Amino acid sequence: MMGFIWFWLVAVMIVGYVVLDGFDLGVGVLHMFLMRTEAERKAALASIGPVWDGNEVWLLAGGGTLYFAFPLLYASAFSGFYLPLMIVLWLLVLRGVSLELRNHIEVGVWRALLDGVFGFSSALLTIFFGAALANVLRGVPLNADGYFFLPLWTNWQPGVAPGILDWYTVIGGLVAFTALTLHGALWLSLKTSGDLEQRARNVVQPLWLILVALTVVSLFATIAVRPASLDNYFTYPFTFIIPAGVVASLAALWLWNRKREPLKAFLASCTYLFFMLAGACWGLYPVLLPATTGAANDITLTRAISGPHTLAVGLAWWIFGMVLAIGYVVFVYSRFKGKVGAHAGGH
Amino acid sequence: MSAEIIHRLHFAFTITFHYLFPQLTMGLALLIVVIKTVALRSGSEIWDRAARFWGRIFGINFIMGVVTGIPMEFQFGTNWARFARLSGGIIGQPLAMEGVFSFFLESAFLGLFLYGEKRISQRMHWFSAVMVWLGSWISGFFIIVTDAWMQHPVGYARMPDGHFEMLSFWQLLLNPWAIFQYMHNMTGAVITGSFVMAAVGAFYLLEGKCEEYGRIFLRVGVIAGVISSILIIFPTGDLAGKYVAQNQPAAIAAMEGLFSSQAGAPIILMGQPNEETGQIDNPIVVNDVLSFLIYGTTKAEVKGLDQFPRDQWPTALPLLFYAYHIMAGLGTWFVLLMLVSAFLLWRGRLATTRSVLWALLLSFPLPYIANTAGWMTAELGRQPWLIYGLMRTSEGFSDTVSASNGLFTLLGFMGLYTLLGLLFTVLVYREISHGPDPKAHAAEAIAAD
Repeated sequence: MMGFIWFWLVAVMIVGYVVLDGFDLGVGVLHMFLMRTEAERKAALASIGPVWDGNEVWLLAGGGTLYFAFPLLYASAFSGFYLPLMIVLWLLVLRGVSLELRNHIEVGVWRALLDGVFGFSSALLTIFFGAALANVLRGVPLNADGYFFLPLWTNWQPGVAPGILDWYTVIGGLVAFTALTLHGALWLSLKTSGDLEQRARNVVQPLWLILVALTVVSLFATIAVRPASLDNYFTYPFTFIIPAGVVASLAALWLWNRKREPLKAFLASCTYLFFMLAGACWGLYPVLLPATTGAANDITLTRAISGPHTLAVGLAWWIFGMVLAIGYVVFVYSRFKGKVGAHAGGH
Repeated sequence: MSAEIIHRLHFAFTITFHYLFPQLTMGLALLIVVIKTVALRSGSEIWDRAARFWGRIFGINFIMGVVTGIPMEFQFGTNWARFARLSGGIIGQPLAMEGVFSFFLESAFLGLFLYGEKRISQRMHWFSAVMVWLGSWISGFFIIVTDAWMQHPVGYARMPDGHFEMLSFWQLLLNPWAIFQYMHNMTGAVITGSFVMAAVGAFYLLEGKCEEYGRIFLRVGVIAGVISSILIIFPTGDLAGKYVAQNQPAAIAAMEGLFSSQAGAPIILMGQPNEETGQIDNPIVVNDVLSFLIYGTTKAEVKGLDQFPRDQWPTALPLLFYAYHIMAGLGTWFVLLMLVSAFLLWRGRLATTRSVLWALLLSFPLPYIANTAGWMTAELGRQPWLIYGLMRTSEGFSDTVSASNGLFTLLGFMGLYTLLGLLFTVLVYREISHGPDPKAHAAEAIAAD
């Protein structure tokens, strides 16, 4: 029971992270080519400035939760994905600094440099996060002791000894890149005004078409790479509501964007991300990290779960703490609601 | 180099660089609350601008702390997987609590504090400053709880497969080691904040610009500085030292350079420990003082390193000795300088005593060194243990991550952090040379266009 609860609590943290930090990552991707003037760049940054750091906290709190609830998974996955994880950390450092400090600099050349770093690191992060999830879904070459170490690439084929990047995980990276860029475009159409708002809305449709195609491809690719992903769905057929939710979200996104309802379209994008992640988690459950070396080596819930006292105490403070945290989130978003002004900016 | 050394350097380098920022965040957050409170109560425009000025520097410093902090949480898993796997049920807990209870609070109210001044009332703006301060101090507490469990494990049971299971949440959270260390550490952070603020004040007065602000910074910095410099020695340093002596006698012997046990043990003010001969080279000593400091009587016997098997001596003995002596020596300088400054402030002569202003200006890097040396003392003193008495450092690093991969990413962090350090220095220098006066800002902006 505790295993079931904590599996889904960690999933909630991941969904919270992707839905919230997802739009500011997407704004970062668009920062490279959508904005034309300094005022537009400032407006785009002002729309995420007060909230991006809080959004990123979901990643940290999620990592901490994973650490104490499933120490074996945390130890195995973090050391096994050592190289890509370190690159992600460097990208997070570069992104945070460039985004937060570019307004402190008045020299155009340095500003342009930091803008470029911000866009580039945001784009790579979305790809890495998608590829990371795909790595987990595909499985890794775990040894009997529960460890592995993955090189960045081998022969680009999923199999017993894959690399971080193969054709399947690259698809995962592209799905995340497209979905989060779209998510960011919807955020901009919601929060900005004038030309920028119009341009943000214009990129939604092509991105949507690409995303639909990639979503379908990734679905079949996942089934091909790990057929066991479907087991839970056939055992509990009512859970096909999850893929149905993906389809409904995509349809709603399209319609509401055409009707110029940016808030509703943005929320549809949130539910799309939610259903995609929930579907992936449900395809895994109760496995946390599948082994390509045979199911006996899988890291499962029962194998990785912490002791009973830790989890019982953890549940008490976790619920209390997250209620507080959601309170702050709602408060901050309500303070900064509405479109950002033409001369908005921090500090 | 062996994988163990690389993984230790990896953590040591990233944590040392990281902690340069949170110590100022935690110290400055308190001082900003003080300034903001005065501004709100007096309605003074000058104090309000002073708060805004430090808010800008705080913002730059805070973001550096955030981005260098993220790699810390992940390194338990990436570089110390065997340790993480066995201890996660215990120390994963305070680390997760830090995220849930502190980071959400801090990030939400910092967003309001920095971006929201026009959207919220002055009272709410003050409240945001208080919450940011609270958030940063809660964060410090959970990190100290994590470290304290490694220094002095409590409330756990060891399972047959070797992993540690938590038996008591409250013992973990209220570990006496954590309480002493927390008081000592937070006082250290306030010292950094006070010295930085006083140094900026001294700079303005020596330079003859923004003098009205310089006086405010001097006043706040020196008053906070004299209080914290005294508290760091007594009672917090005294309590922490006695607790180390009780629970890690080998560490205290190495810190003090006491190779052989003796009654009426001397304190060694300076010297170089020589592990081959088991002596201190070029010593300057004062007899009986160490016995008195630890046990309250000059006659008590203090255990020397000879009481411990060689494989339980702290591995980097001379570095531990120097780190401890640098911390204690600088602590003495802080009290002297701040007492003189506080006396002059009280007599109304500080702003015109240039020699003391120079001393305050040049002393601002020293609390950073002292805080770093203090942490080195704690962590090197724990060696050769990762969890004191239970698990050796050599048993904890990720043995699936080779020395070569570890070196690759260590070099990456070194390069990246060099850039961050340069950027930080340039931006803070720029804020200081602009000064708190908005008129100067506007003039500069016009000149730049």
